[in-house]
Amino acid sequence: MRNRQLSPPPVPRGAFEPRIVAFFCNWCTYLAADLAGTSRMKYAPNVRVVRLMCSGRVDPQFVLDAFAQGADGVLIGGCHPGDCHYQEGNYKTLRRYHLLKRVLREMGIEEDRFRLEWISAAEADRLRIAVNDMVEKVRALGPLDLTPKAEEIQEEVTV
Amino acid sequence: MPETRNSGNGSNGNGIRVGVYVCHCGTNIAGTIDVKAVSEYAAGVPGVVVSRDYKYMCSDPGQALIQQDVREYDLNRVVVASCSPLLHEPTFRRAIDRAGLNPFLLQMVNIREHDSWVHLDKQAATAKAKDLIRAAVRRVALHKPLQKRRVPINPNVLVVGGGIAGIHAALTLAEAGKHVYLVEREPTIGGHMAKFDKTFPTLDCAACILTPKMTTVGSHPRITLWTYSEVMKVSGYVGNYRVQVKRKPRYIIEDLCLGCQECITACVYKEGKTPDEFNLGLSKRKPVYLPFPQAVPQKVVIDPETCIEFKSRKCKKTCVEACGERQAIDFTQKETLEEIDVGAVVLATGFRSFDAARNAYYGYGRYRNVYTSLEVERLINAAGPTGGEIVLRDGKRPQAVGIVHCVGSRDANTNRWCSKVCCMYSLKLAHLIKERTGAEVYNFYIDMRTPGKGYEEFYDRLLDEGVHFVRGRVAEVSDWAARSSEEGKLIIRVEDTLAAFVRRIPVDMVVLSVGLEPQADAQAVRRMFNISCSSEGWFLERHPKLAPVSTFTEGVYIAGACQGPKDIPDSVAQAGAAAAEAMALIDSQFVELEPYTAFITEEECSGCKSCIPLCPYQAISFAEEKKRAAINEVLCKGCGTCVAACPSGSIHQNFFEDEEIFEEIEGVLAYA
Amino acid sequence: MSGKPKVAFYWCSSCGGCEETVVDLAEAILDVAAAVEIVFWPVALDFKRKDIEAMPDGSITATFLNGAIRTNEQEEMARLLRKKSALLLAFGACSHLGGIPGLANLFDRESILKTVYFESPSTVNPENVLPLTRYRDNGHKVTLPDFHNTVRTLDQVVDVDYYVPGCPPMPRILGAALKTLLSGDLPPKGAVLAPDYALCEECPRKDTKPGELSIAEFKRPQELLIDEQTCLLAQGLVCMGPATRAGCEAVCVQGNMPCTGCCGSTGRVQDQGAKILSCLASLVAGKEDAEIDHVLDTIPDPVGTFYRYGLPGSFLRRKRLNGVQAPK
Repeated sequence: MRNRQLSPPPVPRGAFEPRIVAFFCNWCTYLAADLAGTSRMKYAPNVRVVRLMCSGRVDPQFVLDAFAQGADGVLIGGCHPGDCHYQEGNYKTLRRYHLLKRVLREMGIEEDRFRLEWISAAEADRLRIAVNDMVEKVRALGPLDLTPKAEEIQEEVTV
Repeated sequence: MPETRNSGNGSNGNGIRVGVYVCHCGTNIAGTIDVKAVSEYAAGVPGVVVSRDYKYMCSDPGQALIQQDVREYDLNRVVVASCSPLLHEPTFRRAIDRAGLNPFLLQMVNIREHDSWVHLDKQAATAKAKDLIRAAVRRVALHKPLQKRRVPINPNVLVVGGGIAGIHAALTLAEAGKHVYLVEREPTIGGHMAKFDKTFPTLDCAACILTPKMTTVGSHPRITLWTYSEVMKVSGYVGNYRVQVKRKPRYIIEDLCLGCQECITACVYKEGKTPDEFNLGLSKRKPVYLPFPQAVPQKVVIDPETCIEFKSRKCKKTCVEACGERQAIDFTQKETLEEIDVGAVVLATGFRSFDAARNAYYGYGRYRNVYTSLEVERLINAAGPTGGEIVLRDGKRPQAVGIVHCVGSRDANTNRWCSKVCCMYSLKLAHLIKERTGAEVYNFYIDMRTPGKGYEEFYDRLLDEGVHFVRGRVAEVSDWAARSSEEGKLIIRVEDTLAAFVRRIPVDMVVLSVGLEPQADAQAVRRMFNISCSSEGWFLERHPKLAPVSTFTEGVYIAGACQGPKDIPDSVAQAGAAAAEAMALIDSQFVELEPYTAFITEEECSGCKSCIPLCPYQAISFAEEKKRAAINEVLCKGCGTCVAACPSGSIHQNFFEDEEIFEEIEGVLAYA
Repeated sequence: MSGKPKVAFYWCSSCGGCEETVVDLAEAILDVAAAVEIVFWPVALDFKRKDIEAMPDGSITATFLNGAIRTNEQEEMARLLRKKSALLLAFGACSHLGGIPGLANLFDRESILKTVYFESPSTVNPENVLPLTRYRDNGHKVTLPDFHNTVRTLDQVVDVDYYVPGCPPMPRILGAALKTLLSGDLPPKGAVLAPDYALCEECPRKDTKPGELSIAEFKRPQELLIDEQTCLLAQGLVCMGPATRAGCEAVCVQGNMPCTGCCGSTGRVQDQGAKILSCLASLVAGKEDAEIDHVLDTIPDPVGTFYRYGLPGSFLRRKRLNGVQAPK
């Protein structure tokens, strides 16, 4: 088993800027993001897109790795239910999203940090709104700061 | 010549040698992102041997730069940071292929559509570009050489929809030697055009120009014409579509029917009682009928909803008697399901008229003499319900007619778009009504849109014919008379914006120029063919300017009004274009599929069967003897759903391996 | 004594089950004793820490260290044994993955101590006495190891050569591991010494595994009379088998209980809990939010179920500690 070391946390430079990793499906959300570009819409620069063919390719491991590596939020973008380019991939995404959300909640990660959006190829504006909204919500939550600090061993335990 | 060249740190110790190319795209990228700083940064990323920035990477010299570097620096991976991969990934893959490098050892980084074009903060945009490039370098190191898959193409073509666009596409393809299946859900081809009387601006008789084409379709040796049929299911992929078509029963054996129509004359119904669909309910038909005189195929249809034989099984069946020796009537006929294999599909399913009843203030359905434009076309047509006489419901001739433009178009409450053809057909109807009845004709318009060849000239002609033009959107049609001269009339209330006052204009007949809308089942159809619709519901073309007849699904083309409102010349042009593109596909004989398929490593699979039910294409099967799952590469579309679900990590996806994606994730989050 | 390879066993945060595995080698243990010299085994032999400290670095051929790391003493011993051993093996689920003690990562030190010493129903502690790490009594200084907030796997503390999986590992697996080490034909560093495919391969109920699973409801073992022949997943139980490394010959399943995942994932998977989550969720019946939630409500404790042994070794490692500042 490869032991993935956690990234060192960011050196804070000025105000906190959320870092959001997004997994977009090639046929819908990625296209919508391209359309937002060709239409010269403007939105927050905090998102980094990883392109996949289908939102069904999103393995929960990717989401968890993103958080472990320092992402403050994770966004998944796929086709609307019923419109998946590959028929049903997005339904699997939806089910995994629901279960993973419960795990994240138990692990103390706030709901607004993990988001699933259905955005079709023509919905560039919806993408813009979703990104801006998520960035603001995560900004309000603050950095995720998952790295357990080196154990504070010196002091007495007080309760 | 390159703008700058940075020597990289060298290979990352695994023998990986990456070349990074940052495109300026003129000022599209360079205007927001500090491309030089990005290129310099990239040079310092482990594994990068050379990093450059250049004005236009996609140009010939730009590509040559990469090819030269591949040779000189012995590169085995390439990263291009420029526009969307959906635009130029094929370009750069071809470029490195020509330099001897496997085309899949390339990773593109989108720093234009996803970065320079959407962010104002230059620093943030530049930092984002660095993050994305760093991630791409890490990912590309893990890319493996891949081969596209070649599959043969079935040379047959399916055309869905038998209106003018479908007819033209089918004829073009058939003339080129292709076998065409033309599937039409009505009992006859012809579409909306068959209902028109004359076409603008030439005032050609619609039937005269259409019916020869229809007849050719009906008798063409290479066209299989299935009317009264609908596509039920589509499976497969470009070049190899399997389509299931439902053929509804006419209760007539098509091969035996001569179209003599004796059965109609002999029917126990002395006269028609059912509203005639072709005449939009303005006349009645019998249960056995021919949709219209020039119907193709020239075969009658029996309507089981209204035929007595179906209701009671006790009809005298005078129709059978009249048919005599031919015995073409078969009440036991059943619906059949046919399966056909085709290589390409052209969708030409047309439009639906806006339902005028939705604009209650125009009184359609409430006032008897408010008609839609299509209904008036039928009145004007010599073969229509009134034999070409434009008369009111009570048979009298109208003395004044009002034609209301933009019903269900350019309207925030119903449809925002302009339906493109209504101004022209409204002018046409104005001319024809004036000519036939001598009535006062008023056209109420917002703008007069006459962009085509001869269109403006036609408008000029109308101006000289004494038709009244009032610039204003009609507010309401009512029968409330304000003075005695308005008794018994329909009053059109409109603001005449050029004269700047509100007018009440009494007319006998109101014609509503209804707009064009997508068909009611457009969503269901496009899902079947796996294409998208725009937000208004028209089938979505691949590119609004440069690819108007192809879709994002390879092998499926669109033509005519189903793609958006348009007139007959444009529909025909698109149909020809779609036919040409379908032909180009088929004549290339092979189609190359992206190799993004999933595969199962046999020794890794434990036979847990978790993946088997996940594939909608049934590409995953369980091999009983080996007790392992296996994926059929030909059926796999490369979505990766099974890859994510496999609990032991035994399914892998070419080009989207777990490790490649982990590297990309970690790359974007690592610190610069 | 000389010539024979030196072997050490040590236990950290564990239950003692792994020592049982050694004992359960039964007669085979005599072969082991004949082949190696055991230089450290606190549960059974009387060697002291300073004996280990006195040894030259790398002179212990192999140390089998079981238990997770959660006190500073355990961390120190892990580092010491790493220094003194040529090969260090994470022995058992706790050192491999974090194990059952790893579930403490859902809490923090303060709340655990509070629960144990103050709030648990069976505790009587009227003066609210809490153990201290340092105490002076009559001039004598007494210490207890410091207790960390976060339970860690062995490889999160030191470099690990091999892993022997299981909770506890099957004696057969331990025997095979010993044999491999002594043969000199070592597998690549970092290998898990068990087959690299999922448990379904070895499961006696494999043939009853359905090819069209669609889960409308999950059940817990106490909620049904478990059929002894049929695949447990097919019966609605959460069986971790598809996501768990084989090697144990499915003893739990043979005992009519679902696999709980103690051997960890296969080598291709980074986070076992995430993968079983992905697999089971993909098979849930339902296409709408409400339908899906209804099914998922039948797994009351997803973290405890999917990460029973693997929480410290997972991507997230522990529940987020609120208010903990990250080091600069």
